[in-house]
Amino acid sequence: MVKSVLGVNHQGLRDWVIQRASAILMAIYSIGLLAYIVMHPGLSYVEWYALFAHQWMKVATLLVLLSLLFHAWIGIWTIFTDYVHPYALRCFLNFMVISMLIACFFWGALILWSV
Amino acid sequence: MEKKRPKNLNLLTIHFPLPAIISILHRLSGVFLFLLIPVLLVGLSMSLTEAGFDSLHQGFNTFYIKAILWAGLIPFFYHLVAGIRHLLSDVHVGDSLKGGRRGAQLVLLVTIVLTILAGIWLW
Repeated sequence: MVKSVLGVNHQGLRDWVIQRASAILMAIYSIGLLAYIVMHPGLSYVEWYALFAHQWMKVATLLVLLSLLFHAWIGIWTIFTDYVHPYALRCFLNFMVISMLIACFFWGALILWSV
Repeated sequence: MEKKRPKNLNLLTIHFPLPAIISILHRLSGVFLFLLIPVLLVGLSMSLTEAGFDSLHQGFNTFYIKAILWAGLIPFFYHLVAGIRHLLSDVHVGDSLKGGRRGAQLVLLVTIVLTILAGIWLW
């Protein structure tokens, strides 16, 4: 766990699978949501709120937020591993990014909670 | 052993192949989207309160906020389309040298078309 947080214990195959699974979930969700917005011109607040009030929509959104967390983490980790060579700096950046991503996940969950 | 391989250091004739440019742009757009996560969450949180929804609604009617939204959609469309190309090469669709080039051109084309469509929809 500590090694994983520092970003030094990544397993290629696991990352590969997570990156693709999360990509598929996010693609389906975002295309679906875009289609909904395009098909509802002049969308009212009541309709929009009602959409996010559905239990399944909350679960789907949380699932996508979780996918986003993992997807962004693997992507940013790869970029840092490629371009940021000083070990201490890379650990620090990885720590900042993973903290920010987990914070965003909880933030998103709280937003949905309030609906 | 004598090195007789030709050298070409003329920077005007050296360039990245299109699939390489597509790949680095996928990375770059990913970083942009990562930085946009908090913006997206602020938007979601605003849109789910009545006052926030109204101010977003008003904001989207002003030119520069529309333009910012449109600009933000470009890395999203690009990353999505380039990602789908990536998934297709995983199942060996368009993973030949020729197919890779064709796919790279398609990614650019589809992104431009989506961006134009989004622009038409916004205005």
